[in-house]
Amino acid sequence: MRIIQYNDIVEQVSILCQEANVELGEDVMNAFQQALQTEKSETGRVVIEQLMENAEVAVKEYMPMCQDTGTAVFIVEMGQECLIAGGTLTDAINEGVREGYEAGHLRHSIVKDPLGRKNTGDNTPAIVHIEYVAGDSLTLHMTAKGGGAENMSDLKMLKPSDGLEGIKQYILDVVKVAGPNACPPLVVGIGIGGNFERCAYLAKKSLFRPIGERHREAEVADLEEDLMAEINRLGIGPQGMGGSTTALDVKIEVEACHIASLPVAVNLNCHASRHKQVVL
Amino acid sequence: MAKNITLPLERETIKDLRAGDRVHLSGTVYTARDAAHKRMFETIEQGGDLPIDIQGQVIYYVGPTPAKPGQVIGSAGPTTSGRMDKYTPKLLEMGLKGMIGKGYRNEEVKQAIIEQEAVYFAAVGGSAALISKAIKEVEVIAYADLATEAIRKMTIEHFPAIVIHDIYGGDQYEAGVKQFRE
Repeated sequence: MRIIQYNDIVEQVSILCQEANVELGEDVMNAFQQALQTEKSETGRVVIEQLMENAEVAVKEYMPMCQDTGTAVFIVEMGQECLIAGGTLTDAINEGVREGYEAGHLRHSIVKDPLGRKNTGDNTPAIVHIEYVAGDSLTLHMTAKGGGAENMSDLKMLKPSDGLEGIKQYILDVVKVAGPNACPPLVVGIGIGGNFERCAYLAKKSLFRPIGERHREAEVADLEEDLMAEINRLGIGPQGMGGSTTALDVKIEVEACHIASLPVAVNLNCHASRHKQVVL
Repeated sequence: MAKNITLPLERETIKDLRAGDRVHLSGTVYTARDAAHKRMFETIEQGGDLPIDIQGQVIYYVGPTPAKPGQVIGSAGPTTSGRMDKYTPKLLEMGLKGMIGKGYRNEEVKQAIIEQEAVYFAAVGGSAALISKAIKEVEVIAYADLATEAIRKMTIEHFPAIVIHDIYGGDQYEAGVKQFRE
């Protein structure tokens, strides 16, 4: 067994939260540069240029690129041969979020209960998903997930007879309804299969894959590319002002499901697509 | 080219604005988002006075990050406006003349914008660090307990925005999609 110290996790989580909110990913910057070449709308190009300039200001001033510094969402790959000493994994992550959001002057965007709506004051609790894997390392994938895009996400239990066409139509409908609200150009995360809660998780998980990286299976990769082309023909464009760049990428994860079911979840991400990871 | 617009908005200025216009806004705005709107609305319903005179003013839907030492404000980009739709027609009726946010407004708000001769601007969502450079002065003037959601008075200079809804029923979200849909 390999021992990982609680405090090391706290420290790494704190750094992840700050970096994810300040430093725009290279994958996103490349996608912006590409979009600038292909975007047909002048206003669309102005928007993309503004986003690129924003990314530079954020790093230079070391301040968050967006005021919505998000819900801290983690997918943890926990090696079965590691042991955490000094406290639980969930506590360590929450303490890291608390420290990182304070030290990074990040916004506290979490309310304690959804009806009373009193702010928790430290952006906890984080949302933590744990997957057990072989080996003795601990990988923390973090995303600072903004509320605007999350609010426009959707899930539907389709019928198996709806097939591929039904899936595509549903996804296009979600993107159309979201329009400007989800801060396009989007990264569209899709889960197909699993069950009700699992397909939502798959959609979220897909967003952790870098922009431009296709699914490992050719059939799914083709569907990602088809959907990307169809979404970009919708005309929504950067910030919904009209244009040819509505999605920077489409990500799909698929999993086995019940003979009666065809669950599909669409988790929209804004253009910032903030995700970082660290291996302990 | 962006038009330079001074706030608060004069009637003549509003009449000149068209959906799709790129503008640089300079002058005074008040910030308010979900919680401040809810509280203002409840105050009105109970017959009380609002903490600000919104006559002729512009509200910016924003919940900024905390300022670092030496900063006027932290990152301060627009939030989704649709969540304020429930409260907006009442505020427009009371004399509010402009809103800055991002995203769709509902039919009631669009109609009230035409009837009350107001304007809805969108700022670029997610360009919050850049926008913060256009904010020169900030003062919390009401609902300080709401922290990021408090009402702030801001002085802005060359704040970049785009007209979405004008007084003539123009709708840039609709027009833009129509123009570029294939």
